[in-house]
Amino acid sequence: MKILVAVKRVVDYNVKVRPKSDGTDVDIANAKMSINPFCEIAVEEAVRLKEKGVATEIVAVSMGPKQCQEQIRTAMALGADRGILVETDTALEPLAVAKCLKAIVDKEAPDLIILGKQSIDGDNNQTGQMLAALAGLPQGTFASEVVVADGKAKVTREVDGGLQTVDLTLPAIVTTDLRLNEPRYASLPNIMKAKKKPLDITNPADLGVDAAPRVKTLKVEPPAERKAGIKVADIDALVDKLKNEAKVI
Amino acid sequence: MSILVIAEHDNASLKGATLNVVAAAKAIGGDITILVAGADCGGAAEAAAKVDGVSKVLVADNAAYGHQLAENVALLVAEIGKNYTHILAPSTSNGKNIAPRAAALLDSQAISDISSVESADTFKRPVYAGNVIATVQSSDAIKVLTVRGTAFDAVAAEGGSATIEPLGTATDAGVSTFVGEELAKSDRPELTAAKIVVSGGRGMQNGENFEMLYKVADKLGAAVGASRAAVDAGFVPNDMQVGQTGKIVAPDLYIAVGISGAIQHLAGMKDSKVIVAINKDEEAPIFQVADYGLVADLFSAVPELESKL
Repeated sequence: MKILVAVKRVVDYNVKVRPKSDGTDVDIANAKMSINPFCEIAVEEAVRLKEKGVATEIVAVSMGPKQCQEQIRTAMALGADRGILVETDTALEPLAVAKCLKAIVDKEAPDLIILGKQSIDGDNNQTGQMLAALAGLPQGTFASEVVVADGKAKVTREVDGGLQTVDLTLPAIVTTDLRLNEPRYASLPNIMKAKKKPLDITNPADLGVDAAPRVKTLKVEPPAERKAGIKVADIDALVDKLKNEAKVI
Repeated sequence: MSILVIAEHDNASLKGATLNVVAAAKAIGGDITILVAGADCGGAAEAAAKVDGVSKVLVADNAAYGHQLAENVALLVAEIGKNYTHILAPSTSNGKNIAPRAAALLDSQAISDISSVESADTFKRPVYAGNVIATVQSSDAIKVLTVRGTAFDAVAAEGGSATIEPLGTATDAGVSTFVGEELAKSDRPELTAAKIVVSGGRGMQNGENFEMLYKVADKLGAAVGASRAAVDAGFVPNDMQVGQTGKIVAPDLYIAVGISGAIQHLAGMKDSKVIVAINKDEEAPIFQVADYGLVADLFSAVPELESKL
């Protein structure tokens, strides 16, 4: 079976992002960029399914500026067979990404589509669910275990009180949670081989998608600063402060 | 303005998160309807009718909605939602699972995890793990929002007298089935609703040592949380995780024990009123957000804290 994996280029998770002083946008011009950590887990899961003989082909897709090719190449170095870049300089919202993915799903007809549960820049947690809605497919969000057998995906999901298991008829959409797997590192030979794998480039208009944003960002600002705290000498001082100064116990 | 609130419930009763969402709905202003979709969910519907400020409760009581599978509930929400200007759900795992699916069916760009209502079309929300607050304006006719519970004070659970209206039809998409669930049992308060949270990190070294935190928590009537490191190491179950990818909490008092304070952890707790850090590394980033910091070995400090409470 064929697996489609969506990967997003985001600011590296270790970078502390700050708003620009004029409040128009965040300052990420020179920041280190990486594959979104949840997308890495999605690629890893697809590769493991291929290693188990469940999947035969893995297609990695990304959307954004042409630099997103780097993240597609990374996905290929980890084991994806080919890539698709939907190139655009418009910052795509989850609904527009879902519409582009829907067009690609229609064309590629994958049996399983794996996405990360959220990207660590927008923190939206929407794209997988939206794609599932547009494609009319079942969704296994926040997955910590995926078993594919007999035309179904049995997905264990991380929910607020614990775990929930659902059976989804294939084709299906899965979004990954952190516990699903531990992604591997790309080896140097695999990075070299990835450079020769095929990568198709398209754009939202060719996919028939209107990518115009629906939500306008009026302002970005830093969160309210916490006032500087103090260090206390011992437990007695701590308990005293909590009782008499902060009055929280 | 007409607002549809998707209830968070377990069929028998209404979950607290719903009350925070109704508070956000009140801030937008307008007529508020709660949708209770479930199976044998009469108890939850009656509780919803008593919520302050709600005028109507729609009840979709059908086996297809029993476990609130997104495939079925989103179809229902999209169908009913056409008649509303705003559709609100809590930022719980259920809300996050269902709301974007319903939004896409309505061709609306949802807005996740709002922390403030500026006007009927303008909202604030944290991005980049809470390091940036964005003010965003929606141009969609139907605005689908998920609400960060800790950012809105819950409305009163009693005092309202909404009419209850049953919905006849049910939709079963037929592509997904509930197999089972494994819920963690706990007698302590729910993490996201607790007034005091005591959390442990990698510094706890193993699961048995969390017993020390449970003792402190029991004296304080607190919930116990954990950092991702503690969860990944298998010390505690994953639903205890506080952070960008776990639960967002904002209690009156948050006590971080053996937690270094990575960006992703701070995203889940830095709106707490008072933060206490106990860590033996005085350079740990957690001390930059802590109101009271104690540089000490947790293995002596925590038992001493317990004895002095």
